Amino acid sequence: MQFGILVNEGPYSHQASDSAYLFARTALEKGYKVPRVFFYHDGVYNASRLATPPQDDRNVGARWSKLAADHGVDLVVCVAAAQRRGITDGVLGDNFRISGLGQLVEMGIQYDRLVTFGD
Amino acid sequence: MLHIVNKSATDRGSLESCLRMATKGSAVLLIEDAVYAATTGNTAAAKIQAAAADLKIYALGPDLAARGMAGRVLDGVNVVDYGGFVDLVAEHSNCQSWL
Amino acid sequence: MSDMDEMEDGSGIVKKFMFLNRKAPHGTVYALEGLEVVLITAAFDQDVSMVFTDDGVYQLMKGIDSKGIEVKDFSKTYRALDGYDIEKLYVDQASMDARGLTEDDLIVDVTVLAVDEMANLMAEQDVVISF
Repeated sequence: MQFGILVNEGPYSHQASDSAYLFARTALEKGYKVPRVFFYHDGVYNASRLATPPQDDRNVGARWSKLAADHGVDLVVCVAAAQRRGITDGVLGDNFRISGLGQLVEMGIQYDRLVTFGD
Repeated sequence: MLHIVNKSATDRGSLESCLRMATKGSAVLLIEDAVYAATTGNTAAAKIQAAAADLKIYALGPDLAARGMAGRVLDGVNVVDYGGFVDLVAEHSNCQSWL
Repeated sequence: MSDMDEMEDGSGIVKKFMFLNRKAPHGTVYALEGLEVVLITAAFDQDVSMVFTDDGVYQLMKGIDSKGIEVKDFSKTYRALDGYDIEKLYVDQASMDARGLTEDDLIVDVTVLAVDEMANLMAEQDVVISF
């Protein structure tokens, strides 16, 4: 079974990205597939590699990057939402890519479930 | 159908909106700040207990624990971990997050 | 729309997508960016329903004029939905009642549903995306 995940809020201000990450990691550990996570609205801020949280806190963006590296998850940032918010290719963390909203719709069409995390 | 609520019922109306639209036999999972509604003494507790007659009510354990609420869960509410959250999504044909 | 050239899913699968709008316009971005997803989904030839409940019904108010807050007025887009073959627009009766609104207050023709009808419609969807 394949899960698509939609993240609508940025890191730190809301728990959404943390909840989505724990859901995705657990699903993968249980043997489900999470082929793609789509970042929309302020969720595009998760993709910034410029974030430098304190050492004793989690690094939300880097954690997504590692999950993608370990499990081949496609981390897609909405181009329209990213352009509004100054997230460009030049600031993307590892394994994030910028693409269109069609990638979100495809998750709904092709995967068995779509789970949304937001505010 | 699985309904996911993440807002405190004493702050926002999303739990109320969810319970209004949840059909008999569907499941409601409380995560993040929504878990407060599943604890004793909260003003939403009566709504949760009434709803539990027709719906299956779940609350995410790690979110309860993170808020000091693990020992105050209402009777009739099923506490699940992230593995249980994943299973609930898998078991139901669709889900809706009441953001 | 900028993404119009990548609409090829190619699978031929048609799923029931419900877009559930529960937020008022302008206070947050969800109504505007939600509308963008709806338009793209229709371009994939999916079975799209748009639902307005809770404060989401305020998105459809006639007479919206956002010049004074210097924010893009996207309310006319709801009138253009027809052109994208998005014809299933539903509003929740109780949400309208709770806000003193009737169909005459809305910018587009909608189908008003009672709560149980709305609940059944939601339950039969393949994908529900809420903004």
